Amino acid sequence: MHPENIVEQIKERFPDEVTDSGSTFGQTWAVLRREKLAAICRFLKDDPDIRMDYLIDITAVDWLPSAPRFEVVYHLHSMKHMHRLRLKVPLEEDDATIPSVDGIWKTACWHERETYDLFGIKFDGNSDLRRILMPDDWEGHPLRKDYPLEGTEWQFKPW
Amino acid sequence: MSLDTKEITVNMGPQHPSTHGVLRLILELDGEVVVSCTPHIGYLHRGSEKLAENRTYQQIVPLTDRFDYLSCGNNNLAYVMAVEKMMGIEVPERADYLRTIMAELSRISAHLLWLATHAADIGAVTVLLYCLREREELLALFELISGARLTVSYVNIGGVRRDATPEFIRRTREIMDYMPRRIDEYNTLIMENRIFLGRTKNIGVISYDEAIDWGLTGGSLRGSGVDYDLRKAIPYAAYDKVKFEVPLGEKGDVYDRYIIRIEEMRQSVSIVNQCLNQMPDGAFRADIPTVVLPPKDRVMADIETLVHHFVLVSKGFTVPKGEIYVGCEVPKGELGFYIVSDGSEKPLRMKVRSPSFVNLSVLPRMVKGHMLADIVSCIGSIDIVLGEVDR
Repeated sequence: MHPENIVEQIKERFPDEVTDSGSTFGQTWAVLRREKLAAICRFLKDDPDIRMDYLIDITAVDWLPSAPRFEVVYHLHSMKHMHRLRLKVPLEEDDATIPSVDGIWKTACWHERETYDLFGIKFDGNSDLRRILMPDDWEGHPLRKDYPLEGTEWQFKPW
Repeated sequence: MSLDTKEITVNMGPQHPSTHGVLRLILELDGEVVVSCTPHIGYLHRGSEKLAENRTYQQIVPLTDRFDYLSCGNNNLAYVMAVEKMMGIEVPERADYLRTIMAELSRISAHLLWLATHAADIGAVTVLLYCLREREELLALFELISGARLTVSYVNIGGVRRDATPEFIRRTREIMDYMPRRIDEYNTLIMENRIFLGRTKNIGVISYDEAIDWGLTGGSLRGSGVDYDLRKAIPYAAYDKVKFEVPLGEKGDVYDRYIIRIEEMRQSVSIVNQCLNQMPDGAFRADIPTVVLPPKDRVMADIETLVHHFVLVSKGFTVPKGEIYVGCEVPKGELGFYIVSDGSEKPLRMKVRSPSFVNLSVLPRMVKGHMLADIVSCIGSIDIVLGEVDR
């Protein structure tokens, strides 16, 4: 199925959830509201004609100073049908929480942990939301645009 | 009399010879049986994604060398393809072939080091010496064509950095000629070794569906029988012009993943040979002055070219607004670059989807219920490089 038809199917099944969609450099994307994200992902994975069984990646983009500030990006792929789709979910800075898809794809856990670690976006329902790359007691989220490139003062605490 | 037993916690790594780098595992053991395993990573985190946001597009190429430092040719290619696709650059055919040759040579050298360390971890130390001998030959080849043994930065936006010399082609042919015999030789060292078989068969089994659900790619995925290789699924460079097979496993255990990678080396040798035979003459980089550096001999001869070179190096070039995800089959699996451009000389965001990071996440599932010593063969079989896990 062509990725644009998949977007049409999402629109049909979940009216009002897709706020924007299109295609850049030949890759189809859809912007979703976050409320029904988990249900949409479940539908995309389970529908036999779509069957997005492989979650390539989860990441985020910091659009500071624009609002909404964050955008969480999901890349999906179907091993059976060999089609790909990108989902994007905008998030406000003061409410950077999004439903977790941990229960849908097992691989999501580490991707969500990484995004939480580096952007400070909380994934509601993730079973193991800890920092992954930075030390546990680190303050701040390095990939945010307002985080200084050379870091803040030395943060490691002796143990 | 009843004995009071309890689980013990053991720390493994980050300095441990068989964790292939700085991987730390917290293990809960019941006797010698693993109850749970928690990986701790980040010891090699260098913030490459943050660095990339502050570099021009050309300057990021050497950064990509530092992810999986065993197969730099592949990493360069994945990144460069993403940028080229955004800019709509078509590279000359010869460059495509040179890229493929470099990617496959890198794959062989990465697999050789994997085989060396994997076998040594399990106890077959002899193999290590033989593999490093051949890897040395390949590193000399890289040095010949790019000037560097490890961090080659050979693939460049618009083509490749240097053309292949007749010397390079002759030596590559020579090495590819004896390589299949050498691979057979390694095989005879371990394939009939009872200890090796006992430590790999039925260990760390991952089923077909599970492998996809965990997002595994590369040999770790194909070991479970999933036919997914980006070189076939979404062909790039010259992969649609050569014939090769994608080996698949049946069971998904450590042994299957081992067989797959051995077979992949043979296929890579065949791809390199075909590329050398089919490679046309012509330019090795595109003729796009706004992106590609002018030839070095002219830079030294006239002032306009020198200024051109200077502006391109110091200022860089702009990339159209938009976002792109491009994946590439590296020795570890699918290496993807997600680049968001705001139309300036530097990317707004560059995310690296690293195969080692994802493949490592399955380790706790893989080792659960196995013996402590099996962890070592499982780590070897998912073939991780910590430089790529932590980025």
